[in-house]
Amino acid sequence: MTQTVLIQNPSSVPVQPHAKGEGHTHPVSRNSGRAIEMDWVDEIRINLSAAERRVASLPGRRTVKKDAQAAWLLKAVTCIDLTTLNGDDTAERVKRLCAKAKAPVRGDVLEALGFAGHRLHTGAICVYHRFVATAVEALDGSGIPVAAVSTGFPAGLIPHDLKLKEIEASVRDGAQEIDIVITREHVLTGDWRALYSEVGDFRAACGNAHLKTILATGDLKTLRNVAKASMVCMMAGADFIKTSTGKEGVNATLPVTLAMLRMIRVYQERTGYKIGFKPAGGISTAKDVLNYQFLMKEELGRDWLEPDLFRIGASSLLADIERQLEHHVTGRYSAFNRHPVG
Amino acid sequence: MTVAHYFETMEYGPAPEADGEARAWLKRHDATFGQFIGGKFVAPHSGKHLTTIEPATGKALAKIAQGSSADVEAAVNAARTAQPPWVKLGGHGRARHLYALARMLQRHARLFAVLEAIDNGKPIRETRDLDVPLAARHFLYHAGWAQLQEREFADQVPIGVIGQIIPWNFPLLMLAWKIAPALAAGNTVVLKPAEFTSLTALLLAELAAGAALPPGVLNVLTGDGATGALLVENPGVDKIAFTGSTEVGRLIRQATAGTGKSLTLELGGKSPFIVFDDADIDGAVEGVVDAIWFNQGQVCCAGSRLLVQEGIAETFRRRLIRRMETLRVGPPLDKAIDMGAVVAPVQLERIKALVETGVKEGAEKYQAPGAIPEEGCFYPPTLLWNVHPSSTVAIEEIFGPVAVAMTFRTPDEAVVLANNTRYGLAASVWSETIGLALDIAPKLLAGVVWVNATNLFDASVGFGGYRESGFGREGGREGMYEYLKPKAWSGRKARAKALPPPTAAADRAGFGVPPIDRTAKLFVGGKQVRPDGNYSRAVLSPKGRHLGEAGEGNRKDIRNAVAAARSAEAWARATAHNRAQILYYLAENLSARGDEFARRIADMTGVSAAKARAEVDASIERLFSYGAWADKFEGAIHAPPLRGVALAMHEPIGVVGVACPDDAPLLGFVSLIAPLIAMGNRVVAVPSEKHPLAATDFYQVLETSDVPAGVVNIVTGGRDDLVKVLAAHDDVDALWVFGSQDASASAERLSIGNLKRTLVDHGLTLDWYDRAASEGPILLRHAVQVKNIWIPYGD
Repeated sequence: MTQTVLIQNPSSVPVQPHAKGEGHTHPVSRNSGRAIEMDWVDEIRINLSAAERRVASLPGRRTVKKDAQAAWLLKAVTCIDLTTLNGDDTAERVKRLCAKAKAPVRGDVLEALGFAGHRLHTGAICVYHRFVATAVEALDGSGIPVAAVSTGFPAGLIPHDLKLKEIEASVRDGAQEIDIVITREHVLTGDWRALYSEVGDFRAACGNAHLKTILATGDLKTLRNVAKASMVCMMAGADFIKTSTGKEGVNATLPVTLAMLRMIRVYQERTGYKIGFKPAGGISTAKDVLNYQFLMKEELGRDWLEPDLFRIGASSLLADIERQLEHHVTGRYSAFNRHPVG
Repeated sequence: MTVAHYFETMEYGPAPEADGEARAWLKRHDATFGQFIGGKFVAPHSGKHLTTIEPATGKALAKIAQGSSADVEAAVNAARTAQPPWVKLGGHGRARHLYALARMLQRHARLFAVLEAIDNGKPIRETRDLDVPLAARHFLYHAGWAQLQEREFADQVPIGVIGQIIPWNFPLLMLAWKIAPALAAGNTVVLKPAEFTSLTALLLAELAAGAALPPGVLNVLTGDGATGALLVENPGVDKIAFTGSTEVGRLIRQATAGTGKSLTLELGGKSPFIVFDDADIDGAVEGVVDAIWFNQGQVCCAGSRLLVQEGIAETFRRRLIRRMETLRVGPPLDKAIDMGAVVAPVQLERIKALVETGVKEGAEKYQAPGAIPEEGCFYPPTLLWNVHPSSTVAIEEIFGPVAVAMTFRTPDEAVVLANNTRYGLAASVWSETIGLALDIAPKLLAGVVWVNATNLFDASVGFGGYRESGFGREGGREGMYEYLKPKAWSGRKARAKALPPPTAAADRAGFGVPPIDRTAKLFVGGKQVRPDGNYSRAVLSPKGRHLGEAGEGNRKDIRNAVAAARSAEAWARATAHNRAQILYYLAENLSARGDEFARRIADMTGVSAAKARAEVDASIERLFSYGAWADKFEGAIHAPPLRGVALAMHEPIGVVGVACPDDAPLLGFVSLIAPLIAMGNRVVAVPSEKHPLAATDFYQVLETSDVPAGVVNIVTGGRDDLVKVLAAHDDVDALWVFGSQDASASAERLSIGNLKRTLVDHGLTLDWYDRAASEGPILLRHAVQVKNIWIPYGD
């Protein structure tokens, strides 16, 4: 294995225990990207069955109950990129969503959980470029960033120069995060240099906005492809790697997540940069999201449970979490209509 | 703790599984249990009880009966009484009962899971997700064999009353592995669970009776090792099946030697976990967690010896240590832990002592940094890095959560290191190169090989060891044969007492032109050699006519023959086609000299010319049969519940000693060596002591038939003494003894050094002309051992 940059030794010898009750230690310094290193791509091996066994056994190895569960679910709320990406979106629809992002959980529930007065909000609002300005205005002063899907989302097959222009336009409109889609052909044909160069251009176009690279893992099919594409995107300067557009046949899955998280870990070992992760599509229940959180904590650590390193692309997840939180507070099972829609 | 606290720290918090039902069950029994005999609990005859503790807390949990000889007698009698009607019930009837047991386990799954976790200390995740479902699967699978028995095992009959002794590491699962096939096949059972962990066996017995299992079919006898010894010695027991330590396995082998009891031993291991430089390293690291930090490492097939290719060793070490940081050890009923408690203080002390020895001998120790409970038997996940093959911890089975690691340079070296052990239970191979993984798997001397996986189990895939990890298989078709015996062998009679040897006729000299003197030699390593001691013994006709002289082989001749057989290893890798061709060629060449062999047989045994000719013809035909079988006695492809296959490969056992009977000096000899060499074994044969010259003539047939040197070695001489030498030789893998009760007993008794597989006739006669009794799978099954190679798919 060729290692061309300084490796941060992740563990002293013997292993030192973590400080008790260790909290979140940020801020994250931004990934500057680096020259492409083909060895880092070529060496990647990932065994599907082994990965599946790991994620299959995890729900039996980790669980949270009662207060801990409520806390984890609240944390998940802060990581949701509340999303609307439909052909029938309108400005008013986006404004409703923004209102929900600012007050994702009913006040009385928050109060009962001991969170009265906390400014709890979702991680971001995620929309098409057309609605970036609307959302920025609606969220003014809330601290909630607006993310724009871009580069010919979801297929990503518009001309390259138009992709760059779309990014620039969204940044001009106030988007702080750009969710780009990669050209899947580069992965499927193994043209890693083309992928690197494409994502590098996107990163440059983003300027100060954060770059989230959507791999469309459902199109890439194998975990090897997913892992290699992850590594290339990080070398090209991605701030986040993200599974799916939500429009592929298969969206976020735990094995795909495992493959991507392992790449984030290797990249951090080698460069020191912490890259964020965003699963998107198909995470619709509180139970689902907890399994993703367990995987984040187990594979990457505590820091990856916060919104600067973990986002969840979801539209219906929040409603289920709200019901679970109310149940935690009241002991009664809740109903959707008891919680305001977005 | 508040929601806000968890929101800040993102800790997991406690997640206890409720244990109310399990505690209520104990309470219903006043936490005191009798023996389960004849379908109900009965007070132990001695009135004595043992206290079983809860490993996680060290507190007393229940009192179990201490079995005495009266209890053993009662249990064996109950089983004996129940056996005939149990057989008579037929396959379908038994299938219904086994199905009911599977469903009963599923209905009470959580009760079993919780009780097992409390009693053993293992995490509820494992009992709930693995032990109980796998046990239920075992009953269901064997309900199927019961259903198919009359068709699929038509030539077999049940053995009778089976004594089964199981360990504490998988109390319920080992129970299922033992009783399901035994009951399916029509046997009845006396089961002795381990004294640390008897409770789930008692619960199962109680619920089985509730599910209408007839009384006496399953008896559970609790107690310590003394109770186990009483069960082993009880003459009413027809077979002992044991899972546990190699030391105790040896004692059982000795205690049952010569009694006619059959035996299955599933013993210890020091299984290699081989990581090549093209492996999915993170996947392999996770594999280590499943290999050695599963069930606190108290797993006989635990991948406890990590062999890592040098180029990736540092990366692997770093990632494994990082992985250890997140392992959680805690109370067994916590649903958010990776490891629970070790079974007992004595085990904890043993682990500590061995780790200390490892460190003293130079290992670097890493331990998971997470907190462990202060009370109870807990030990952290441990890695000993930089261990050498000569370190104690690389040789001894630790039976705790301790992996030892060393490096290798090449695939060849990985195989050498992997096989550098007395054990041979399991192995795990990690490589993303299919050609490499599938090349290595057959070279590993282990009963189970997992490719890019570890600790996978299924009822359809046989489990069991090579070498000192024991013999016999559990699961699969091969597992059923452990609880059946051939119909064709059940009517065998004891041999008539041998006639006193003839006295040599006095007057041999005369003035006719004598035949040219012909010296029968030993045949070792493809060469005719004089016996080491250079003594000979006369071979006489029944009337005392001097027919020739055979070499008097001694222990050194056996040593040389075994060495020659060992170095003929290439025979095991010869193609089946090649072996078939040579067997046919042997038949061809024997046929060419048929008259000569017939005359020799008639001279030695006094049978008529026609009978002697018939023996030669039968021998020729037998060689043809094994030529036919050589490329047809194949393994199987199993379909366990995963995306992948398990290949059950028939592998030769290795070097096999064969003592041949006097009954049919040529046919007996051919009938025994042909199945062995057909399957790739190498043989050291001791021919009929009385009539050795047919075998010594046969070496010329071997020489002209392209049989490679060392594949068949022939040592003539005093059979019983030579058998003892073979039995005590630790480089002989199996020993077949036909023709003598004494030699059978000494073969079994002396085989404990390396726990060789024995096939003996206990002095009972076999009709060598009866194909059903003496040809084909009936012997081929003993000429191979099954290796199951698990190959999960996916990309």
